[in-house]
Amino acid sequence: MSNVLEAKNISVAFGGLLAVNSVDFDIPKRKIVSLIGPNGAGKTTLFNVLTGLYKPSVGTISYEGKDITDLPPHKIASIGIARTFQNIRLFGLMTAQENLLVAMHSKLKSGITSTILRTPKQRREESEAEDKAQYLLDYVGVGKWTYEFARNLSYGDQRRLEVARALALDPKVLLLDEPTAGMNPQETGVFIDFVRRLVSEKDISVMLIEHDMKVVMSVSERITVLDQGEKIAEGTSDQIKSNARVIEAYLGRAKEGRA
Amino acid sequence: MSTALVKPQNVTRSNRKWIIGYSIAGAFLYFVYQFLLNWEGLPLGIYDAINRWMPPAAVNESLVYVIMALGLNIVVGYAGLLDLGYVAFWAIGGYCAGWFMSEFFYFLKIHFFGAVPAEAPGIHINFWLVLIIGGFVCAFFGALIGAPTLRLKSDYLALVTLGFGEIIPQIFFNGENFFGFNISNGTKGIVQVDPIPVGFKDLGPFDFGWKLLIFLFLAAVMVFISLRLRRGRLGRAWLAIREDELAASMMGVPLMRTKLLSYAVGAFAGGLGGVAFATHVNGVYAERFNFAISIFLLAMVVLGGMGNVWGVILGAFVLSWVNGNGLSAFGALYNERFGTEIDFASFTFLLFGLVLILMMLFRREGLLPESRLKLVLHEGDIDEREASGKKAR
Ligand SMILES: Nc1ncnc2c1ncn2[C@@H]1O[C@H](COP(=O)(O)OP(=O)(O)OP(=O)(O)O)[C@@H](O)[C@H]1O
Ligand SMILES: [Mg+2]
Repeated sequence: MSNVLEAKNISVAFGGLLAVNSVDFDIPKRKIVSLIGPNGAGKTTLFNVLTGLYKPSVGTISYEGKDITDLPPHKIASIGIARTFQNIRLFGLMTAQENLLVAMHSKLKSGITSTILRTPKQRREESEAEDKAQYLLDYVGVGKWTYEFARNLSYGDQRRLEVARALALDPKVLLLDEPTAGMNPQETGVFIDFVRRLVSEKDISVMLIEHDMKVVMSVSERITVLDQGEKIAEGTSDQIKSNARVIEAYLGRAKEGRA
Repeated sequence: MSTALVKPQNVTRSNRKWIIGYSIAGAFLYFVYQFLLNWEGLPLGIYDAINRWMPPAAVNESLVYVIMALGLNIVVGYAGLLDLGYVAFWAIGGYCAGWFMSEFFYFLKIHFFGAVPAEAPGIHINFWLVLIIGGFVCAFFGALIGAPTLRLKSDYLALVTLGFGEIIPQIFFNGENFFGFNISNGTKGIVQVDPIPVGFKDLGPFDFGWKLLIFLFLAAVMVFISLRLRRGRLGRAWLAIREDELAASMMGVPLMRTKLLSYAVGAFAGGLGGVAFATHVNGVYAERFNFAISIFLLAMVVLGGMGNVWGVILGAFVLSWVNGNGLSAFGALYNERFGTEIDFASFTFLLFGLVLILMMLFRREGLLPESRLKLVLHEGDIDEREASGKKAR
């Protein structure tokens, strides 16, 4: 099977509002796919459904062939679906290292007594986890901030730390919600190269929500376009570029905005 | 990799150094205090001043507050769950002492390494065992109240805990006839609990000096547990929930289970404190377990800086001292000096309310500054970093 994740016929309603309406999509193995659409299209909501935060009113999600629609968020995370947030949500008053160790929670085994007694096993487990955390912090380029509170990091470093935290879950699927928001073009370039490297070096598939069209077009294997909760197009960057409904969705909205 | 990345090897050692430092300072203070109190040649003025400003009973009581505040700190400070009814655990712990180390159940005669003659009626279990029983009974009730309520949003949770903190003491208050059983002697309370056996001696209600050591030991145990848990897997999960519950769940932290554990561990400390307090006042009296105590403990945690163990200890000492002694002693001095008749003690709650509000507005991290907070988390790491020529930000 070439898809690591498949979502079928997903609908999410908030009161009367259909934030996501019968959307199908899948994430192929070790590829980067993108999710685009105007503001309020339902992109973040879709991520929230995939990670178990919202349950879809209709539809099923399967991951590596298993139905995960009804799993609670922490289970979904621990079996390998990790995410970052549109507006950074780090654990501010915890160190960078601790942020990563939290994400390893489900992999670690120590209980209350072994932690209080600091048994050799617990110490070994902790020190291995710390080594892994340091490796990931270095990998994303914030290795010198191991013992700094997350909230004291610069904006760009916080974004990187969030990615490292997601990677600490050992994910198969990484959902990135506008990771380059607030970065300058050069930083964005570096970050996108990093995502490419990630996919080529690790067994990871990435789904990217991104507003910067240049980035989207250059990096994505496939692009899914949402508008007002509906999937209006899907395809390669060339197909999307010339799609009439996509152009209308973006330009039409822009005109309204100006009026 | 720069040198700052090297994993610190000396974390535990420097941690230990720290704790040894505190212990030595504490032991020194303790001996000075005991020496002064027992010194025949001490000028009467100084003796009076000590008894007015720092009487042994108040010092011991403040240590009980330290134990309780450290327990509440796990729930409020670590996991960020507002608990307005913590006094319930104090009460349950207290009654565990009342039930298992007194003549309350006069129709029974159960002895287990208790510190009373073998012919005494009632249940007389060894203090140290009762401590553990009290802890676990409270942990059980903590989980019991937590299980159905922890799903609630924090505001509602606060309300439920508030109710719990009102109901439990009320049950004991009217406990002379609880479904046909007398569980508390009601308003009369349970008078006289067993002494604390320490091998060479049984500590009665007036062995303040020795009991100070017992309470210090219990407080130290709580500090140890708090710090160890804080640095481990569970403590990190608690803090993550406090910092951002949603993100924590998206990172694989099971919210219910983790919160429930914070309730149980916090309540366990409440049990320890409750049993200790019963031996301190030599009895269990329902009217002492009032809402004010819950708020009082909360103020200690907030003043100390949510989650900061040393800060909470400081907060507990300062506030319980102000409440128990400081304010009235200050008031007496003031009234003497200026010939006024202001009842300072009646302003306690005004003061605490003010403390809570001011702390929330201006210093949410508590009395001790952030660098201190970080030291608590990573003493050794900082040493390492400074040693490698990098300045902490
Ligand atoms: N928890 C919620 N309750 C009610 N409505 C919601 C909720 N979350 C999202 N919505 C609504 O659902 C719609 C889709 O929101 P969503 O955040 O998914 O958009 P988006 O595509 O991520 O937009 P943006 O590009 O601005 O991030 C919006 O109209 C939003 O107001
Ligand atoms: Mg969004």
